[in-house]
Amino acid sequence: MALLEIRDVVKTFGDFTAVNHVSLAVEAGEFFTLLGPSGCGKTTLLRMLAGFEAPDSGEIILDGRNMANVPPEKRPVHTVFQNYAIFPHMTVAQNIAFPLKMAGVPEPELKARVEEALEDVRLQTFAKRFPHEMSGGQRQRVAIARALVNRPRVLLLDEPLSALDAKLREQMQIELITLQKEVGVTFVYVTHDQGEALALSHRIAVMNKGQVEQLDVPEAIYSYPKSRFVADFIGQCNLLDATVREIGSDRMKIEIAGVGMAEALPVEGASVGKTGALSLRPEKIKLGVTLPSDDPDEVHFKGRVHDCLYLGDVTIYIIELDNGMLVETMLPNSDPGKAKFFDDNDAVELAWRFDAGHFLPA
Amino acid sequence: MAYNNNRVSKWLISGPPLLYLILFFAIPTLIMAFAAFRFPGDYGGLLPLVGTNDAGATALLVNSENWRDYLTLENFGRFFDDPIYIELFVKSFWYAGITTLSCLVLAYPLAWLIARSPKKYRDLLVLLVILPFWSNFLIRVYAWMIILGPQGYLARAANGVLALFGVGPVQILFSHFAVIVVLVYVHLPFMVLPLYANLEKHDMNLLDAAQDLGANTWQRFWRITWPLSLPGVFAGAALVFIPALGMFAVPDLVGGTDGFMIGNLIKQQFLDSRDWPFGSVLSIMLTLAVLLLAAIAGWLGRGGKRDAL
Repeated sequence: MALLEIRDVVKTFGDFTAVNHVSLAVEAGEFFTLLGPSGCGKTTLLRMLAGFEAPDSGEIILDGRNMANVPPEKRPVHTVFQNYAIFPHMTVAQNIAFPLKMAGVPEPELKARVEEALEDVRLQTFAKRFPHEMSGGQRQRVAIARALVNRPRVLLLDEPLSALDAKLREQMQIELITLQKEVGVTFVYVTHDQGEALALSHRIAVMNKGQVEQLDVPEAIYSYPKSRFVADFIGQCNLLDATVREIGSDRMKIEIAGVGMAEALPVEGASVGKTGALSLRPEKIKLGVTLPSDDPDEVHFKGRVHDCLYLGDVTIYIIELDNGMLVETMLPNSDPGKAKFFDDNDAVELAWRFDAGHFLPA
Repeated sequence: MAYNNNRVSKWLISGPPLLYLILFFAIPTLIMAFAAFRFPGDYGGLLPLVGTNDAGATALLVNSENWRDYLTLENFGRFFDDPIYIELFVKSFWYAGITTLSCLVLAYPLAWLIARSPKKYRDLLVLLVILPFWSNFLIRVYAWMIILGPQGYLARAANGVLALFGVGPVQILFSHFAVIVVLVYVHLPFMVLPLYANLEKHDMNLLDAAQDLGANTWQRFWRITWPLSLPGVFAGAALVFIPALGMFAVPDLVGGTDGFMIGNLIKQQFLDSRDWPFGSVLSIMLTLAVLLLAAIAGWLGRGGKRDAL
């Protein structure tokens, strides 16, 4: 049985449905992420797990125990808040000792466990410092150590890295993964940053308008988005309007509006005449001055470079197809002699394997 | 040049208030401190140090031989010789202490409620707290004389109940109780305002975090809200304690003979007995006592922090 189960949970605020019939299960030891834009209900769901909000209907089961009517202070769940919420009048050690004191842990054991927690987040030398004497990243670590010190069953993290600058955020991501492996506590992580979600999570639930749009491992979420929303929200994605023309056993033919026929993997919900969009990641598209067009597994088109965005490690080329449709592609700048491969207005050919794209029925 | 201009504007800004404080606070304090070592004049005031000498000219009367006729420690001796003065000090500190504590107990929940009420109502509620200032201080105290007086509902109700037990009647007006009730009433806003200013700034996330980490309502208050509100508590306590300590109008009006405080004695020395030197001694001793108390409070405050884990 899963450690944490959310069963058909609904939460409304007045007319606004924040969480709309959400069900999901989190396994013990998992790094589980709730990903979505602001207002998608992820934070409300997290606050219900912590106990600060009660669901209108549905159940939250933790460790086989129904959490209804269990107040936040009685739940074996701790939260790392977005703004850290470090107690400003306490030293780092006092902050970390707080949950242990509340749990009535006796003094000698308390001291040892605070030491240990400080070690976990590499803040041993900061024990006697006050929060205002520390940097954002250090305060973040204090918040994590404080929430982990008495080993909650689940650690909830509410956009914990959003206040840090990009460089520090990346460093903290690595630390979080390491820490989670070390302590083995189940993490439920809320973020709107898709890159962060892909990098950290074992599984991701992509949320939109109070519902879970897709729940899967990061690779599947990225490569096979199940809806237009997921495709659009996670990473860069070309969405080419298309209509299904023929369905075979292992592939189907679709017509990309104004461009031509292409092959794609058959998907659930597709039928002849069904409209939708072909989702295609920029890095899955091959680009060249000429490309062999005889491979039956490849889809092949001609175009012209419309724009280049040089990003250093890669360059993004916006290709204009013959009908004026724009397709985003990306090539690593792997040739040591050249900064990039093409320039504006170069005639190019582009191709992708039939299974690189993914048809999303409308 | 820029540096110079900066310095000039700094003096222009801080000069006038500084001058004001020197003229009307520092110098008078020194004059009063000096007065404590002098003799009273024949008709009140102070024995003049400057006057007409034997030759008929205006000159300094005091010199190296006769200074003992002009300067003395006798006034201080009088303060320490009769225990009644120390007792009056202790009593006044006691009154001011009870007043401060009562104000704190009443003001804290009020300030907390205002700080937690919807933003649009807060200014209105703060206005209501300071509304009593719009009517004259003496009128408000006279109103209390009616409320506490023998014909007031309060006294009649209390004595009615007491009569059932065959006790009484008691006098409420002109008692310790009346003095403290009115002192609390008069000073309450001075406690509410700094507490409110402090509590309003508290980050509610901290309480959520404390609850999340296992603290119940009581623990959340004593471990988070209360320690974070201490600056407001100290500010309010100072604003109540110090004026309450020196208050003479309230004990004059509602205290009767029981409610006499150090402020009344000082006023009596200056205005009725016209013994300025002894009045000065009392004032200085009061100032020193308050400073000593503040120093002890500060020292205790620092000690508490050093205890940190």
